[in-house]
Amino acid sequence: MVKLSIRNVEKRFVTEDQKVHALSSISVEVQSGEFLILVGPSGCGKSTLLNIIAGLVKPDAGEVLMNGVPVTEPGPDRALVFQDGALFPWLNVRRNVEFGLRQKGVSKREASEKAMHVLDQVGLSKFSENDLHTLSGGMRQRVAIARALALEPEVLLMDEPFSALDALTREDLYVEIQELWQGRGATIVFVTHNVREAVTLGDRVLLLASDPGRLQGEFPVNILRPRHIEDVDVARTAQQISYEMKKGRIPFVGDASTPDLEPGEVV
Amino acid sequence: MFKRLIFFVALIGVWALIAERHVWDPTLFPSPWKVAETLWQNFRDGSLVHATAISLRRVLVGYSISLAIGVPLGVLLATRKWLEDTVGSLVSAFQSLPSICWLPLALLWFGMNDKAILFVVVAGSLVSITVAVQDGIKNLPPTYVRAAQTMGTPQFRIYTEVLLPASLPAILTGAKLGWAYAWRSLMSGELLFVSLGLGQMLMQGRDLADMSQVISVMIVIMSLGLLTDKVIFGSLERHVRRRWGLSIS
Ligand SMILES: Nc1ncnc2c1ncn2[C@@H]1O[C@H](COP(=O)(O)OP(=O)(O)OP(=O)(O)O)[C@@H](O)[C@H]1O
Ligand SMILES: [Mg+2]
Repeated sequence: MVKLSIRNVEKRFVTEDQKVHALSSISVEVQSGEFLILVGPSGCGKSTLLNIIAGLVKPDAGEVLMNGVPVTEPGPDRALVFQDGALFPWLNVRRNVEFGLRQKGVSKREASEKAMHVLDQVGLSKFSENDLHTLSGGMRQRVAIARALALEPEVLLMDEPFSALDALTREDLYVEIQELWQGRGATIVFVTHNVREAVTLGDRVLLLASDPGRLQGEFPVNILRPRHIEDVDVARTAQQISYEMKKGRIPFVGDASTPDLEPGEVV
Repeated sequence: MFKRLIFFVALIGVWALIAERHVWDPTLFPSPWKVAETLWQNFRDGSLVHATAISLRRVLVGYSISLAIGVPLGVLLATRKWLEDTVGSLVSAFQSLPSICWLPLALLWFGMNDKAILFVVVAGSLVSITVAVQDGIKNLPPTYVRAAQTMGTPQFRIYTEVLLPASLPAILTGAKLGWAYAWRSLMSGELLFVSLGLGQMLMQGRDLADMSQVISVMIVIMSLGLLTDKVIFGSLERHVRRRWGLSIS
């Protein structure tokens, strides 16, 4: 079943001193329950596409359908996890997670029970009454994920949720997010510029190229789960994608002298 | 704290010493004991308490009006571009006008009464509160609102549950500044025309050539200002800073 269908989406940003063709006729179908990854170099329009799916940005042309219905505004059925978390520092951990539920009109008690449940799932039940600034970056990002999960969204949108974290914390979260996803059967659209991360997590990886932002390639990933970022199969697939990605780059003068990228690493 | 205590004891000591030696005319430079005595007397006969009550009531009423208008106005100016372009420019023009300049206008409109004073107090504090709220909201990262929208927050609740709490640290700074302006405006207003209150008591001291009254009222005004600044705003600020994780300690 098709959960999301992105049809000929077009987006340009025109500012005083420049014009950017952020997305050029993008069409993607996302299956229900799929873990889809958008990967590509900085500035290729990944966040823009995610924001369009979320309903935060309007496309210039084309449309996004969810369950066959056009998306016109943001809504809790498409929860978005932001790169920096975008948590509310004036609320403690539990109240941050409750926030969306309270907007839905869920009773205080029920919201609090639900919040405690998802905090438990991300391993933070002990910290439910903490203020945010007492948490580490990894813990905060877990809160951001819990806040999105609490809404039980049909589609979970994640914009480089782990890019600010160290490698060890990230690996823990890779395991957690795969378990959560398998347990729930939600549809996930996950943005990253780290190819290895993409292969570790995704059922399918879409490679975007920039200027104009467009689809450059599509890579199904059929590696057995749970996957780890060091797995040989993961590295191999990642290398393929990296290779494609480099081909898509406009070479700079003197680019030949730059050393080859490590597999999975993206500049 | 201990250092401060020693400093003030020393200061009063020097003051007493100079007064003792009659370097200046004692009616113009009273000793600390004389000032303390006047303070006590004015307190005992109720005149000081009465004047303080009147001044505090005025500043509280005026300040509340400023908060009640300034906070929503600041929110609107920050979120409506057309309002910012129109009303916003008027607000910044008023910002450069010392509040006491409103007194002649207020006197013509309202006559020599409490309303005129209140008007000056509001004129003094409203603008700074409005501008602080406006700036506070404008400087917020846009992701707060976006996050709230993706969680299905209705527009009005985005104001009350996201924009206002998110900019609370900035609003508090504005509220504090607004209070300082309200208090100063009130004193200038009360000094300039007969009106009861602490300002008038100060002028009365002058008219009676009673320097000890002048100084004692000045001390009261200063103490009240310090008290609100340190105790009320200080503890509010500490609380907000702790919750927001802004303080270093
Ligand atoms: N609001 C905006 N106004 C003007 N230009 C914008 C705006 N948002 C995005 N852009 C431009 O559109 C292009 C795509 O931006 P986008 O944020 O989607 O990239 P990205 O792939 O998410 O990059 P990154 O990996 O660095 O996050 C960039 O060139 C960016 O400068
Ligand atoms: Mg981005």
